[in-house]
Amino acid sequence: MLDTKKIGSVMIVGGGVTGMQAALDLADSGYYVYLVEKTGAIGGAMAQLDKTFPTNDCSM
Amino acid sequence: MTLSEVTKIDGKAGNFTVNVKESPRYVDMEKCIACGACTEKCPKKVDSEYDAATGKRKAIYVKYAQAVPLKYQIDPDACIRLQKPGACGFCEKVCDAGAINFNDTEKMHQLNVGAVILAPGFEAYDPTDAGVWGYGVYPNVITSLQLERYLSASGPTEGHLIRPSDGKPVNKVAFLQCVGSRDENLCNNGYCSSVCCMYAIKEAVIAKDHAPGLQTSIFYMDMRTHGKEFDLYMQRAKEDSGVRFVRCRVNGVEPDGSGGDLRLSYVNEEGRQLEEFYDMVVLSVGLQTPKHVLELAHTADIKLTADNFAATSDFAPVQTSREGIFTCGAIAGPKDIPQSVVEGSAAAAAVADLLSPARFELTTEPTFPKERDVSGEEPRIGIFVCHCGSNIAGIVDVKAVDEYAATLPDVVYVERNLFSCSQDTQEMIVKRIQEQKLNRIVIAACTPRTHEPLFRETLKAAGLNEYLMEMANIRNHNSWVHTDNPKAATAKAKDLVRMAAAKVTYGDSLKPISVPITQKALVIGGGVAGMTAGLNLAEQGFEVHLVEQTDILGGNALNLKHTWAGEHVPTQVAKLVDKLVCNDKIIIHKESTVTGVEGFVGNFRSTITGKDGLTKVIEHGAGIVATGGDAYTPTEYNYNSITGVVTSVQFDKLFELKEAHVRRARRFVFIQCVGSREEGSMYCSKVCCTHSVQSAIALKKENPERNVYILYRDMRTYAQREALYKQARKLGVIFINYELHGKPKVTENGLVIDVEVWDHVLHRPLKIEADMVILAVAIRPKADAAELGKLYKVPVDGQGFFQEAHAKLRPVDFSTDGMFVAGLAHYPKPIEESVAQALAAAARAATLLSKSHVYLDAVKAAVDERYCDGCALCVDVCPYHAITLVDKPAKDGQAAGKVIVVNKAQCKGCGLCQGTCPKRGVYVSGFTMKQISAQIQAALAV
Repeated sequence: MLDTKKIGSVMIVGGGVTGMQAALDLADSGYYVYLVEKTGAIGGAMAQLDKTFPTNDCSM
Repeated sequence: MTLSEVTKIDGKAGNFTVNVKESPRYVDMEKCIACGACTEKCPKKVDSEYDAATGKRKAIYVKYAQAVPLKYQIDPDACIRLQKPGACGFCEKVCDAGAINFNDTEKMHQLNVGAVILAPGFEAYDPTDAGVWGYGVYPNVITSLQLERYLSASGPTEGHLIRPSDGKPVNKVAFLQCVGSRDENLCNNGYCSSVCCMYAIKEAVIAKDHAPGLQTSIFYMDMRTHGKEFDLYMQRAKEDSGVRFVRCRVNGVEPDGSGGDLRLSYVNEEGRQLEEFYDMVVLSVGLQTPKHVLELAHTADIKLTADNFAATSDFAPVQTSREGIFTCGAIAGPKDIPQSVVEGSAAAAAVADLLSPARFELTTEPTFPKERDVSGEEPRIGIFVCHCGSNIAGIVDVKAVDEYAATLPDVVYVERNLFSCSQDTQEMIVKRIQEQKLNRIVIAACTPRTHEPLFRETLKAAGLNEYLMEMANIRNHNSWVHTDNPKAATAKAKDLVRMAAAKVTYGDSLKPISVPITQKALVIGGGVAGMTAGLNLAEQGFEVHLVEQTDILGGNALNLKHTWAGEHVPTQVAKLVDKLVCNDKIIIHKESTVTGVEGFVGNFRSTITGKDGLTKVIEHGAGIVATGGDAYTPTEYNYNSITGVVTSVQFDKLFELKEAHVRRARRFVFIQCVGSREEGSMYCSKVCCTHSVQSAIALKKENPERNVYILYRDMRTYAQREALYKQARKLGVIFINYELHGKPKVTENGLVIDVEVWDHVLHRPLKIEADMVILAVAIRPKADAAELGKLYKVPVDGQGFFQEAHAKLRPVDFSTDGMFVAGLAHYPKPIEESVAQALAAAARAATLLSKSHVYLDAVKAAVDERYCDGCALCVDVCPYHAITLVDKPAKDGQAAGKVIVVNKAQCKGCGLCQGTCPKRGVYVSGFTMKQISAQIQAALAV
C-alpha cells in the first residue's frame, strides 16, 4: 500500500439518498467527489415517495 | 455527472482509474433554463418511469418537477426526430435558449480517484411477467409504488385515490404483502425485503387521510415492523386509523363481475377459506438488485451473496470484497431509508479512513472578490422579480409587480427573471449589482429556507455583503396559495416587495462569526459501536478520548458468539480492542463516566470522573454517544422460580460450555418477545427472532432428535436473515404463533416444564413438555441514558433510547450540533447495523473536526449597553441558554450594575430576547427594531 500515491477524490456511483449522503459527508470533510448518476437527475427512489414515516414529511 | 455509467475500474485502493460513459442528453445543460416550452410542444407521450407508469411524460422531459439538475433531456427511444431524422423537431423550434442539440453524442470520461462507493440502489419487483395476482391483467391491481404515486400531490391524480379502470373513488383497498419477497417459486427472491410491511401501513394510513371512510386491510404472513417506533406506528394504525391486519395466505384474486371489482380469496389462521371484495388491490412489491447493478458489480469485480446483494462483513458492513470499493444502501441488502442514510455516511467514513493522507489535496475553497464598503453610500436598491417558470407568473401579474417596484423609494433597478435561481441569472445579477452600483437587493421569488444561501453567495460574488439582501416570498406565501385569485395575489406580491424593500433599506453589512474547533472527539461507551467510531476517527487522524464505564472494552458483544451471518464475534471484538489499544491517537478512560459538560459545538469541555473519584476535563469538538443497552431481566414465565427457564444470553453460555443440563435436554422451547412489543415497551428488540432461530439451528444440528419449538408473535428474520428461518424449518424446528392476548403459560411439573400455548389451527390449548425454556429477552435502554442526555442537552425518546435529530435524514445526528449517536443507545440493532451507525457517526463528526473553524450565521443577538439595565428578563426566555448576566463596572459617570452578554456560538438568532426586552437593550442583527418597524410601516402603508 505504501507505494501507492493516494488520490484525494472519490467516485460515488448512484445519486439516491445514500449516495448523496456519502457525497455530502466526503465533500464536507475535504475530498473531491464525482457523483455518477445513471438517469437524468439525482434523487433516486425516495424522490418517488409521497410521504415518509413517522413525520409524514414530503419526501422531497 | 448524470446519464452516466461506470464501464471499467482499474487500479487499486487509493488509486483507481475509472471509465465513465456519459449518454447524450440532446439538451445543452448550459443553455437550458427549464422553461418547459419544449415539453409542451412535444407530441410524443410515453409512460413515466417516475410515476411508475401511472402517468405519462413526453419524449423531452425532466424526471420530476424538483429534479436536480433541473434540465430537460430527450429520451432517444421515444423521440420522433431521433428515431426518424428530419421529422418533428418542434422542441428545437420553440426553445428560445437554443438548447436542443439533436447531434449530441456519447462521451467517454476517464477519472482518477482514490476510492469508489457503489450506491446504485434497488428496483421494485415487477410482478408483470409472473402475472402475480392478476397484475397487468386487472387494471385495479396495482403495485405499492404506483399507489405511492396516486397518493402524491405531484402524481397523476394529484393525490386523489381513484381506480385506474374507471376513475371511481376507492372505498375498499387490500394490501397483499410479500410480493417478490420470501418467495422462491414466483421470483426466486427468498429473502425478506424488510421495508414493505412498514410502507404498507404508512400507505394505508395516508390513503385513509386522502379518502375518508376508506377501508384498508393488510394481508400478511408476519408483520415485520422492527425499526425504531415502527410498532407504535402499527398500533396507532390499528387502533386510531382503523387499518385491519389479516394474517393469512391469499390464494386468489379474481375479477368480480365486469365492473372492475376484485374478489380476494384467502385461508385464515383457523384454516378457513374466505372471500372478500375490494375496489383495489395493492401488491406490496419487494426490493431486488436490478440487472444493470449486477453488471456494475461484475465491472467492479466484487462478490455477491446468494441473494444477489453485495457481500460484506458484519464488522465492515460497507466494505466490498475488493479493497478500496465500498457500498451503501440497498445494493448490500434490502433496507429502509434511515439505514441507507446511515450507510451513506458510513461509506464516507470508510473512504476517509483509506484516503486521509490525501485529505484537502484536491478540494478548493471558493474565493470571492473583496467586499465593497457601502456604509457611506445612500441606499441603491435592486429588485429582481422571479417568474419561477409559471409558478409565480402563471398567477401573479409579474409585469405589474415589476412596474410597481420601480416606483418604491431608493429603488434604482428592477428586472424580471424566468428563474432567478438559474446559473445564468445568478451571473446576470452579479453583473447588474456591479454596473448599477446596487447596494441593497430584494429577490422577489420563493422561500429563504431553501434559496437564501444561494442568493447570499450571489451577493458575495458581486463583492457585496451577503446580508444586504431580503427575499420576498411571492411564491410559497402567495402564488401557490392564491391560485384562485390572481388579482389579490398580484396586490399581495406588491405588498411583500414593498415590505422587503423597506426592511433592506436599513440593512447593515454583517460578518459571519467564526469559532475555532478543538479537533478532538469524545466517544462515550467502549462497546463495538464506540470502539468502531473511535478507531475510525483516530485512523482519520483525529485525537480520540474514549470513556468506558466498566473495566473492560467490548460491551454487549462480549456475550455474543456469532453474528447472523456466522462470523465469530469474540475474534472480531478482540481484533478491534487490539487496534484500539495500539492506536496512539486514542486515549482510553476505563471505569469512568461523564459527570459534567460545558461548551457547545466545536468547543465542548466534558468532565469525566473515574472510580477513584478523580476528575479530568477533556476538551473536544464533537462527541459520540455509544453507551449501549442492557438485556431485560424477566419477571414473567416463572423465570425466577424454575431453573430450566433461562434467558437467551444465559442459554448461549450454557450451550457453549456444553453444560450437562443442555446436553441431556431433548425438548427446548423458545419464547419470543419477552419484554418487547407490549404495553410499556412497545418496540421490537430486532435481534431476538434471528438469535433464537440461530440457537434452534445449532441445537438441531448437534442432535436432530431434539424437539425444538419457537413460540413467536411475528417472525422477524428480516432481509437476508430469512434464509436462517427457512433452514430452521427445514431442520424440523417447529414454529408456533401466539398473540399478545394469549401469551404462553410456563409451569413446573416435576422434572419437566409445561408450556401451554393456544393452537390456532386446532382451536384449543396446546401443551408442550419441555426440558428447557429459553426466553428471548428484550434490549432495554441504559437506566442513566436520560441523565447523560441532560448533560449534553440531547433528548431520549418515550422508551428511553436516545432520540436522533430526524428519523429519516439525520439518523446519527442529535439536534444539538456536534453530538452524534450510535449503537444500542439509539435503538436495539444487530452488530452490523451498530458498526454502520458508528462509522456514520464518525463521518458526521469528521465533517466538523476536519475544519479549523466553524462559521456561524451572523444573525445573532447583540447587546446595546446604553439601554440594557441588567433586568435579566431575556436570560429566562432564551431557549439556548446563550445569555448570561454579568457585573458591569462603573464607567463614564454611570454607576456599576448588571448587564447581559451573549454567547454568539450558542445563540440561534430566534429573537425571543428582543421581543421580551422592555428597554431595547438587546436586538438581533439583521432584524433590528429599525428594520422591523420599517417593514411593518410598509405593510400598513397602502
